[in-house]
Amino acid sequence: MFRSFGPNEALYIITAVQWTLLLSAIAFAGGAVGGMAIALARVSAIKTLRYAALSFIRVFQGTPLLMQLFLVYFGLSIMGVGINLWVAAAAALTLHASAYLGEIWRGCIEAVPAGQSEASYALGLKYGDRMRYVVLPQAAKISVAPTVGFLVQLIKATSLTSIIGFVELTRAGQIINNATFQPLTVFSLVAAVYFVLCWPLSMWARHLESRFAVATAR
Amino acid sequence: MGYQFNFAPVFNNFDQLLYGALITVQLSFGAILIGLLIAVPCAAAKTAGPAPLRWLVSLYIEVIRNTPFLIQIFFIYFSLPALGIRFDPNTAALVALAVNVGAYATEIVRAGIESINRGQIEAGKALGLKGHQIFRYIIIKPALRTIYPALTSQFIYLMLNSSVVSAISATDLAAAGNNIQSTTFAAFEVYLVITAMYLVLSLGFSGLFSAIGRKAFSYPLAR
Repeated sequence: MFRSFGPNEALYIITAVQWTLLLSAIAFAGGAVGGMAIALARVSAIKTLRYAALSFIRVFQGTPLLMQLFLVYFGLSIMGVGINLWVAAAAALTLHASAYLGEIWRGCIEAVPAGQSEASYALGLKYGDRMRYVVLPQAAKISVAPTVGFLVQLIKATSLTSIIGFVELTRAGQIINNATFQPLTVFSLVAAVYFVLCWPLSMWARHLESRFAVATAR
Repeated sequence: MGYQFNFAPVFNNFDQLLYGALITVQLSFGAILIGLLIAVPCAAAKTAGPAPLRWLVSLYIEVIRNTPFLIQIFFIYFSLPALGIRFDPNTAALVALAVNVGAYATEIVRAGIESINRGQIEAGKALGLKGHQIFRYIIIKPALRTIYPALTSQFIYLMLNSSVVSAISATDLAAAGNNIQSTTFAAFEVYLVITAMYLVLSLGFSGLFSAIGRKAFSYPLAR
């Protein structure tokens, strides 16, 4: 009475990884733009901007991603936009990534020695040039390892969109499991695919981190 | 926007939400306790154990840290019964959360252990302390103090992450929301209130952890 688990079923799961990757890429791109804005607001000279960015981070890091997904999903529907799973999933993950990347990058900007900022100020550089040519390039170097680490977290987080019905790797696994009732095979395969995506990134992040630690050791 | 907000169904069922929040808190503290019981021996094994044991602990950490929590809980709730291991939803949730936080905490505790200066341990040996005394007073106690902030933010993340257990019909706060939402159709209002409740829980956890930290680690540093 159940469909058996064969190569077609395995292939269905493995090809669903493209949606996981695409969603991760969209959320990362959106989160990079939002995160940069949040990070700059967090270190801004304007108090209101600093507090607004801080509240954004507190709310998004202090509530579950699943609830953020539900709120965006149902929020879009009551605004009369109609429910589009791509929009809901991408918007929620972008907000989530903005908060986390914003906080990570704020730390990196603050890790650049204050003397650098002061020197460029003394040389007469305006805010834009100071950030663009002096502070951000140095902060970028520090930020690579934690950003790659966050990318792993983001890829794993896309699995939650399966709960609102977005078909990606996890949802594909559920669909095949419902048809074949081979939970051991199905979820082992799904876990293995995630592992293949995330593990190299984790290793890379750790490698970057140790190289950076050596470079900055005194 | 012509939408009329209706919070009445949420507050009429507020007792269900409070009960759900209680389950969320219980699951979180249960998982923290079991997670620490997993993490301390695993971290000790990873720093000082024999090679096969170190390899096994690394495998556990890498598998958990590089797969989504949702898949872990599906595996425990749906896949393990195929091997004859069956849990009810709330137990499966507790097991999944504990196994998950155990892996992250192992890495944090290991970093703490490695931050202890070798000279400290040698001084302990010179003073004639036994192995378990050295581990308890010279390694774990100062290590815990160093890693306490990282550990507690991991625990808050765990509490927020526990909302995912509603996907296997455990009875936590998020699941209470799903129930109310499915009978009242006031989905946005329900999840808005629940999100606020999670925010209060995370603020509460963070306040509690810093109070515990102040009490437990207020002894002076000898330098």
